[in-house]
Amino acid sequence: MTSMTRRLVSSFAAAASAVLIVSPVLAAEGDGPEIVRQQWAFSGFRGQFDQAQLQRGFQVYKEVCAACHGLNRVNFRNLVQPGGPGFPEEAVKALAAEWPNQITDGPNDEGKMFERPARLSDPIRGPYRNEKEARAAQNGAYPPDLSLIAKARGVARNPSWWTHPFLMLGDIVKSYQEGGSDYLFALLTGYTDPPADVKVGDGMYYNKAFPGHQLAMPTPLQPDQVAYSDGTKPTVENYAKDVAAFLAWSADPTHDQRKRIGWQVMLYLLVTTALLYLGKKRIWADVKH
Amino acid sequence: MTSHVDDANRRDFLVVAGNAFAAVGAASLIWPFVQQMNPDASAKALASTEVDLAPVKEGQAITIMWRGKPVFIRNRTKDEIAAAEKVPLADLPDAEARNGALPAATPATDSNRVKSGHENWLVAVGICTHLGCIPKGQGMGDARGDFGGWFCPCHGSHYDTSGRIRRGPAPRNLDVPPYEFVSDTKIKIG
Amino acid sequence: MSGHTSSYEPTSRWGKWFDERLPIARLVHGSFVAFPTPRNLNYLWTFGGILMFCLVAQIITGIVLAMHYQPSDTAAFNSIEHIRRDVNYGWMIRNMHAVGASMFFIAVYIHIFRGLYYGSYKAPREVLWILGVIILLVMMATAFLGYTLPWGQMSFWGVTVITNLFSALDTIYQGLGTGIVEWLWGGYSVSGVTLNRFFSLHYLLPFVLTGIVILHVWALHVVGQNNPTGLELKEPSEAVPMHPYATSKDIVGLFAFLLLFAWFVFFMPDYLGHADNYNEANPLVTPPHIVPEWYFLPFYAILRAFTGSFLGIPLGSYAKLLGVIAMFAAIAILAFAPWLDTSRVRSAKYRPLFKWAFWAFAFTCVALGYLGAKPAEGVYVLWAQIFTVLYFAYFLVAMPVLGLIETPKKLPRSINEAVLGPDAAAAAAKH
Repeated sequence: MTSMTRRLVSSFAAAASAVLIVSPVLAAEGDGPEIVRQQWAFSGFRGQFDQAQLQRGFQVYKEVCAACHGLNRVNFRNLVQPGGPGFPEEAVKALAAEWPNQITDGPNDEGKMFERPARLSDPIRGPYRNEKEARAAQNGAYPPDLSLIAKARGVARNPSWWTHPFLMLGDIVKSYQEGGSDYLFALLTGYTDPPADVKVGDGMYYNKAFPGHQLAMPTPLQPDQVAYSDGTKPTVENYAKDVAAFLAWSADPTHDQRKRIGWQVMLYLLVTTALLYLGKKRIWADVKH
Repeated sequence: MTSHVDDANRRDFLVVAGNAFAAVGAASLIWPFVQQMNPDASAKALASTEVDLAPVKEGQAITIMWRGKPVFIRNRTKDEIAAAEKVPLADLPDAEARNGALPAATPATDSNRVKSGHENWLVAVGICTHLGCIPKGQGMGDARGDFGGWFCPCHGSHYDTSGRIRRGPAPRNLDVPPYEFVSDTKIKIG
Repeated sequence: MSGHTSSYEPTSRWGKWFDERLPIARLVHGSFVAFPTPRNLNYLWTFGGILMFCLVAQIITGIVLAMHYQPSDTAAFNSIEHIRRDVNYGWMIRNMHAVGASMFFIAVYIHIFRGLYYGSYKAPREVLWILGVIILLVMMATAFLGYTLPWGQMSFWGVTVITNLFSALDTIYQGLGTGIVEWLWGGYSVSGVTLNRFFSLHYLLPFVLTGIVILHVWALHVVGQNNPTGLELKEPSEAVPMHPYATSKDIVGLFAFLLLFAWFVFFMPDYLGHADNYNEANPLVTPPHIVPEWYFLPFYAILRAFTGSFLGIPLGSYAKLLGVIAMFAAIAILAFAPWLDTSRVRSAKYRPLFKWAFWAFAFTCVALGYLGAKPAEGVYVLWAQIFTVLYFAYFLVAMPVLGLIETPKKLPRSINEAVLGPDAAAAAAKH
């Protein structure tokens, strides 16, 4: 080795070791509150929605969330279909007809738009027609539509750089996709008194899971607020969990079918890959390579 | 070139099985790609439509949309009903009722194309059975053809007051969609 | 499309008749059946076929999605949701396309690193390599355009940020950059007009890509495949016919790759994307962290490494321009690899020092990817600058210098010797 090569090699080695030594510093900072992961019926690659939980979750949505939030990308008919809450069609028809936020239709023969009761094919509308109306009614705050909220929110994790790849690999192997529901559960159960040094703004509430910790939504869930009929305990945790599961379904109504087909595909691919590999060995049997 | 492998080896069971599995997988992948072109869940959900008949006076007609197709609804006069009822089946180029609610071989009498008790209402899909044009005859001033029903301007098909083809290139009577009377003045199509 | 004469003999009378008029069967036979492939190719060589599959799969799923997608600022987001929820198997096809983009890049990066390790860019494969670099560029453009189409928050702000790169040209000539940006946008901001033209171009580029891929395969068949030893084929016994040998290996590689592909499609379709993109685009609110898709992260890190100063050197008003130049140079420099590398030995297998440089470079790319996902502040910027220097050092220092000073290991005389050992190779040569 010439002296120049040695210098090059040692500079690469130096760079590599510098990374190893200094980088823990990178891990120190974080940019979002840590969210605790929950066990869900639909967790991981084997999980499927729990129909009873989705039904309870819809009840919570209807009796609590729907006062401010819409669910516009979910239609009443979706509440009937398999893989979802699976309510009986007649019950959902009645529910749609009584839904307080009616559908604007028309124009009628006089050329005017009119309100009519919802049908199965109509979306589950919230109380506000648009963002401006919502903000006017909510002191400037905007209660977002909840159809996609479980997919539009995630969990911030800030592992150190050397654990990052392993955690990523772990998430891929376990197929962790429930960050949105974990966040929603943490948010709904995250209302606490603010720490002494935090001054909460006017019309704002302190929440330990919300990025920035101050949000305009007051504590939505109280114990015994929704009367469950299946014996589930009427606690805030249960409400939060059920509604978070329901919203996970709202954001991903084909979830159950997806994982079911997924297993068939994986099984098929495993068998075929194995067969093709054996076939390849057979073909190459007398060629040294 | 090392080509020691003879044909027998190449057709080895494992190789054949592997290739067959791969081929079956590729073939079954075609299914979702064909299915995606079929009517989707939101289109299927709109498959039924309710219509209020109260504003339609005798002799008038309305056109409504059902599954993206025009449906003719005519409140027929007594003369029109009488004219439709007395046509002998032998005069009809298409002797089948074409009523979605009845079996295929039902004769095309006027009573088989309307609901009993509501004989004044004729409900038919307003698409010429020849090549899919919309026949004239809904508007007050429209040409209604030689049989008082509808007339298709594209290739000259004449339909009578029961929506049956009487003359021209169209092969079939206008289709009667499945519908029911929800109340005396309201029908649900589909 | 073949550098050797085909041994194709049509068997039927009709086959003969057709062959005399359009010898397409002969072409296919010569290029993909009888084509001699080195007997010692490992599984890294299956990625060419895997990439072919990716391209075809993206085109097919893309055409299907275009049947349901609506390229307008008011309808785009809703139409994606319509595809996910209502279209028969729409969720599956959409996941295949979105995950497929990532899989395409995984495969292409492995393909590129394989080329770098085994010296596949060296003479006589320079044109083949440069066509590959062009393919990478077109792929990146296609992926970028495609990512705007869902019209979520990350789509919108990604387009805004990346198209604004061109405004750096204002430093050279006032108004030049702004003019180009407004020309790209078709307005004074990113809008539905921009979305519409991006959709059109996103549909066009894959076909351009297909054309370049055909040239790439053509060039490959002229010069032949490289192999792990980096030695040229010397005699027929060192090669096997592509079918059934290479094809049987390629299909195993493809199916193993499909296992990974399917895992993401069916079990974690959103893992490779961003939660923010499930919020519809809002021109009034920028998400807290704008991060490109993972496959752009190393280049994004290089772009952002150029802040007010670079490793202590003040850059002043040129920082932005230099960042843009460095980012494009990071891709363009690949095209010069055939001339930057001075070693006559191709494969890193026989280059003890270069092997180290290669792995350091691989680590550098991963590190840049990690830094690209982190906020551009504090110590992250410093590390991005260090790794940017290392990135370019691989091409500008390691490649030319190591070739001059390194003593390669003893090369086998032939592929046969490497595979069979010296005695058997001599025996094989006698035949």
